[in-house]
Amino acid sequence: MLARDDRDSLRTTPLHGLHVSLGGKMVPFAGYDMPVQYPAGVLKEHLHTRASAGLFDVSHMGQIALRPKSGQVEDAARALERLVPQDIAAVAPGRQRYAQFTNEDGGILDDLMVANFGDHLFLVVNAACKKEDEAHLRANLSDDCIIEPLADRALIALQGPKAEAALAKLCAEAPAMKFMDAGPHKVAGLACFVSRSGYTGEDGFEISVPAADAEHLARMLLENSDVMPIGLGARDSLRLEAGLCLYGHDIDTATTPVEAALEWSVQKSRRTGGVRAGGFPSAETILAHFDQGASRRRVGLRAEGRAPVREGALLFADSASGEPIGKVTSGGFGPSLNAPVAMGYVPTTLSALDTKLFAEVRGQRLPLTVAAMPFVKNTYKR
Amino acid sequence: MTTTLYTSDHEWLAIDGDVATVGITDYAQSQLGDVVFVELPKLGRTLKKAEAAAVVESVKAASDVYAPISGEVLATNPDLAAEPALVNLDAQGKAWFFKIRIADKGELGGLMDEAAYKAHTA
Repeated sequence: MLARDDRDSLRTTPLHGLHVSLGGKMVPFAGYDMPVQYPAGVLKEHLHTRASAGLFDVSHMGQIALRPKSGQVEDAARALERLVPQDIAAVAPGRQRYAQFTNEDGGILDDLMVANFGDHLFLVVNAACKKEDEAHLRANLSDDCIIEPLADRALIALQGPKAEAALAKLCAEAPAMKFMDAGPHKVAGLACFVSRSGYTGEDGFEISVPAADAEHLARMLLENSDVMPIGLGARDSLRLEAGLCLYGHDIDTATTPVEAALEWSVQKSRRTGGVRAGGFPSAETILAHFDQGASRRRVGLRAEGRAPVREGALLFADSASGEPIGKVTSGGFGPSLNAPVAMGYVPTTLSALDTKLFAEVRGQRLPLTVAAMPFVKNTYKR
Repeated sequence: MTTTLYTSDHEWLAIDGDVATVGITDYAQSQLGDVVFVELPKLGRTLKKAEAAAVVESVKAASDVYAPISGEVLATNPDLAAEPALVNLDAQGKAWFFKIRIADKGELGGLMDEAAYKAHTA
């Protein structure tokens, strides 16, 4: 339990009052007092999001505008490419892309979303990293860009098969958006930034809204009987079923994008032989992983039994002897699958689909199988 | 005549002669949330009071269930393997965890009756 002083020092989002009024069970998360669940509970919230629409407060995440001093968004994109291995110049106006800040050791400082808003870039970064990310941007990009943290905005994620219909009532442009479209749109007359994205594997939207209007907008969305408030507990099980990395768990400063099985997020133009190959922190190490492979790899894991295999469980190649070969970085129960799911790092030689492994749980070795991710098929509108 | 007693760790035991049926309280299940897996002790295992005897896994976390008294495990509830959610539905009824032969009735002295447990969780 946190001491009272610690709880008092927690920050709150503009939707804090709403969470409390909806019966949210509040817990400390990344320095914020956040709802881990509502009275319905994690299981129902998870299944509701997969079947209908869930509303999540992700206002603790950082929102940063990157404004080119030249006025040309291409210059901000080229500048940001000094910090990420993604092709940012190719992100067209109105589009968004998943990226990672890399460090000098080949690891990942944070993962982020980058949207091109036509005259500037809009970044969404993790709550726990946002201060460091801002400092990192200032230290490296200040000659080319104005770095503007958008602290006065909330961020609402609306996820699930009925998200489009729910948002369409307040934003006529929403249905026309495709996965990873992003831009300024009016929602219920409010000046929002909307992207067709999220982190649940479901079709859905993230809506950046001025802090002062956030509760009003959230309540309007919740008036729709298809929309239910969802806490961080279900957010975590949804993203785990979707095979998506959680920063600080599945990826961190000691994992490279290749080890993390994030090759798909690095475009050919930035890889060896590409038109703008390298040029990001520890490009040499990371491109060597692309060219020669990495010695370990993040994989999906399915258990045979019903016992969840959680973060930190050691992985073994056989049932009895031997040193651990890896570790689970995220794991739990997948409500949509009604079965345990996990992901973790294993030697590349043991990363092939259907490889049999064991996880140590309370002194017992439970059989696992390397499985394809996502565990639950995503439903993005492409 | 059955007497039900409670531990401060939120286990209940229904005592019938020298056998106690053990589970977790309704209060405990409400705090844990959706139960997805229960690991029960092996039949015939001899438990010591306060020893970790079973594990309840909710969607979010694993929690130990402690032996409220010492004794031999005489039976475990087969229904929990197929339907762990029984713990949320009927924690103090159908979702009993195990039956134990009470080794030392003196250990019952430190346990709470229903009124004391209600006060404990109020």
